[in-house]
Amino acid sequence: MIELLQSYWNAVPLSWQTLIVIVLKIVGIVVPIMLSVAYLTLAERKVIGYIQVRIGPNRVGPRGLLQPIADGIKLAFKEIIIPSRANKFLFVGAPLLALAPALAAWAVIPFADGIVLADINAGLLYILALTSVSVYGIIIAGWASNSKYAFLGAMRSAAQMVAYEIAMGFALVGVLIAAGSLNLGDIVRAQQGSLLTWYWLPLLPLFIIYFISAIAETNRAPFDVAEGESEIVAGFHVEYSGMAFALFFLAEYANMILVSVLAAAMFLGGWLSPFAGIPLLDSVTAWVPGVVWLLLKTSLLLFLFLWFRATFPRYRYDQIMRLGWKVFIPVTIVWLLVVGVMVLADVPPWFD
Amino acid sequence: MLENYLPILVFLVLGIAFGVGPLVAGFILAPHRPDPEKLSAYECGFEAFEDSRMKFDVRYYLVAILFIIFDLEIAFLFPWAVVLDKIGLFGFVSMAVFLGVLVIGFIYEWKKGALEWE
Repeated sequence: MIELLQSYWNAVPLSWQTLIVIVLKIVGIVVPIMLSVAYLTLAERKVIGYIQVRIGPNRVGPRGLLQPIADGIKLAFKEIIIPSRANKFLFVGAPLLALAPALAAWAVIPFADGIVLADINAGLLYILALTSVSVYGIIIAGWASNSKYAFLGAMRSAAQMVAYEIAMGFALVGVLIAAGSLNLGDIVRAQQGSLLTWYWLPLLPLFIIYFISAIAETNRAPFDVAEGESEIVAGFHVEYSGMAFALFFLAEYANMILVSVLAAAMFLGGWLSPFAGIPLLDSVTAWVPGVVWLLLKTSLLLFLFLWFRATFPRYRYDQIMRLGWKVFIPVTIVWLLVVGVMVLADVPPWFD
Repeated sequence: MLENYLPILVFLVLGIAFGVGPLVAGFILAPHRPDPEKLSAYECGFEAFEDSRMKFDVRYYLVAILFIIFDLEIAFLFPWAVVLDKIGLFGFVSMAVFLGVLVIGFIYEWKKGALEWE
């Protein structure tokens, strides 16, 4: 049996072999992402439920564990309504434009030392480029719907996302100065040492700004004026239903996981163990594979997303713009210079 | 070197495919019973008066223009940041001057009220 498969495999031309391997790897990345998205929605409802002293979904399956599956099936059987005055091509294309970058950005994420789909030198630049594309999904959705609420939501979200993208970009530049490389694997390797040599400490203001900007970039509460269900009903996706709506949902949650993984890789040492350098704990936890640490750090950041949503009331739009332009951008510019001086002065233990 | 980018190209294509798949499934599985009321834009119950691609606040344009300036600045900073350790104090000071000029522009915008949003 195995020999037969082997002979089939050898009969495939070499260029097709590499392509098939790539496709299999991509499926191996995307399927866990989709599952994480599904269970992140459940986690969100459960966490917010317990924060508000409720139980959350608990009817479908044991302890509500099948709830996301049921939601997905329900959405698949709902009619996809295309409004009569909408631009049909753009209306259907917008969710694709939102989802594809959120998935494709995972190509350069290192899951453990050397385990990355595309080990390119321009990794962070690629991610910055792709995350900028996802704003088009929202703008096009709002414009193509030809509905007032969708249009307002799209305008708001466009202005908000560009404002916070600048703060986010400056925070990324800080990481680049510290690590001296655009490759995410190299960035993580540059943080090797212990908990205290990770970049969250020397880049603390940038870390905080990056994470808050990430929340604003993904249009999550408390920065969710693009959706603003109590004022503009659902913002840019008010006209979407069924699977087209589900794609926006997928994209939003996939983006949340993406920015959390990025924050974990850039500031919290990626796959590195937090116990490195601590005598006893280090040897006891030496068997834990790096990807587990990465997932734990990512989950921690994702939990913060949910916690913020349950805790903070929605910001007013002028407050959002003020925070982005008048607080974050000045702070990041100052801290860039501080990091530059630290790198030039070879401040130990991070930059020696 | 360039073959490292092949997986990215494949991933972009597959990323779109992972979106098209559910959409097609939705169109096939779901019922399709359109009527004029259902297909009209959501407008709190009454008819839409006009095309909703209306005039909007000029401040959105202003934000977009400011964004281009700062995003370009970030694009300039990227290569500088990667090699800062090699170009030393001279490189640092020249970029600090460049940033200084931009910061003066930023302060001017701020004083002019371009960042106000009431």
